[in-house]
Amino acid sequence: MRKINTQILEDKIYEMALHAGVNLTPSCIDAMEKAYADESGKACSFALKTIIGNSEIAKEKAMPVCQDTGLSVVILEIGQQVYLEGKALSEAVNNGVRRAYRDGYFRKSVCDPITRVNTADNTPAVIHTEIVAGDKIKITYMPKGFGSENMSRLFMLKPAQGVDGIINAIVETVKLAGSRPCPPVYVGVGIGGSFDTCAYLAKKALTRDIGTRNQRADIAEIEQTALERINALNIGCQGFHGKTTALGVSCEWAATHIAGLPVAVNIQCHCVRCEKEII
Amino acid sequence: MINLTLPLDKNKVQELHAGDSVSITGTILTARDCAHKRIFELLNKGEPLPFELKDAVIYYAGPCPAKPDMASGSCGPTTSARMDGFAPRLLDLGLGAIIGKGEMSDDVREALKRNCAVYFAAIGGAGALYGNAIIKSECIAFSDLLSEAVYKLEVENFPAVVAYDCHGGSIY
Repeated sequence: MRKINTQILEDKIYEMALHAGVNLTPSCIDAMEKAYADESGKACSFALKTIIGNSEIAKEKAMPVCQDTGLSVVILEIGQQVYLEGKALSEAVNNGVRRAYRDGYFRKSVCDPITRVNTADNTPAVIHTEIVAGDKIKITYMPKGFGSENMSRLFMLKPAQGVDGIINAIVETVKLAGSRPCPPVYVGVGIGGSFDTCAYLAKKALTRDIGTRNQRADIAEIEQTALERINALNIGCQGFHGKTTALGVSCEWAATHIAGLPVAVNIQCHCVRCEKEII
Repeated sequence: MINLTLPLDKNKVQELHAGDSVSITGTILTARDCAHKRIFELLNKGEPLPFELKDAVIYYAGPCPAKPDMASGSCGPTTSARMDGFAPRLLDLGLGAIIGKGEMSDDVREALKRNCAVYFAAIGGAGALYGNAIIKSECIAFSDLLSEAVYKLEVENFPAVVAYDCHGGSIY
């Protein structure tokens, strides 16, 4: 058994949240630069250049790359040999988020769903936990913007719809979203499981580096085919019509019921912010 | 790049066409979901608004807090489509221009034509760049809404693209 005080987790979440609000992931910057190099349209090139310039300004001035500093999504993969001591896990995570959003001058974007009253400190975070083998904790921190989250969809397909149905669901979601989610987007897809697990898998797919492929060849092919079909839609950066509508498509899967084929499509804007640490 | 100084007169609006890149200097007002709800509550009760709507420019945005040495925090556009239900009435009441991101409804496009007004698309996700184009910021209404309050912003060289012009043209 390995003892970890949750104060260590709080401090780590604080650092990760502060860094994530200001910095895009390296794979996102690479993908945006490639999109800019490939683009020939005037309006799309202008938009891509502005976005790349913006990420440099954010870094230089240590200010949020996007004003939507997101709903904090935290995935904790906790080794089963870890004994957590100190304050409650959720309290530690929320303290880390609260401190980062105050010290980073980040926008507080969390509110009651009915009254719409803002909690004023960006908590509570969305916390997912998984118990895994080992004695470490893998922390994934992703601030999720909602212009793109709003364009996400969930499908309960028939098994007979198969791979074509999955790809159609992905492409249709991006097509319907059009210019609204800040394309070029990053598309996370959950395939299988139940209504709830496929949505979680779609979110988890977005924590992968852009350009990585699923280890299963048939799933990797779905990712590649969906990406090609999305980029043939000619939506382009900001909806200004161009070659790059999506920077990537990542799929994660789980076994499902014989009667069903759940597919969740989670849309991420071009401001991909995601930090990973192991303690 | 077309340099625009606010307020826009209608002759200038007529010269703008979808796809034109512009650089905006002048005074704009932020308002997003909750602020629009408040504005409509006041309009429906027949009460005055806390700002002049005639020829105003509304920016669909909710800024980050400003650092001590800056006029504003990051402040890029939010998705305009959520304001589809609000925009036509405000345009009919004299609103001169909208700044946001993404497609809006046909009703909004009609209202822009009817009122010789324009919809500019700012570049979504470029919050830091837009925060730096703001030289002064003041909360002028609904301060309890925090980032969703109405802020009066003085902007300088604020880049955008004409998304819907007053002739019915669209970049989308």
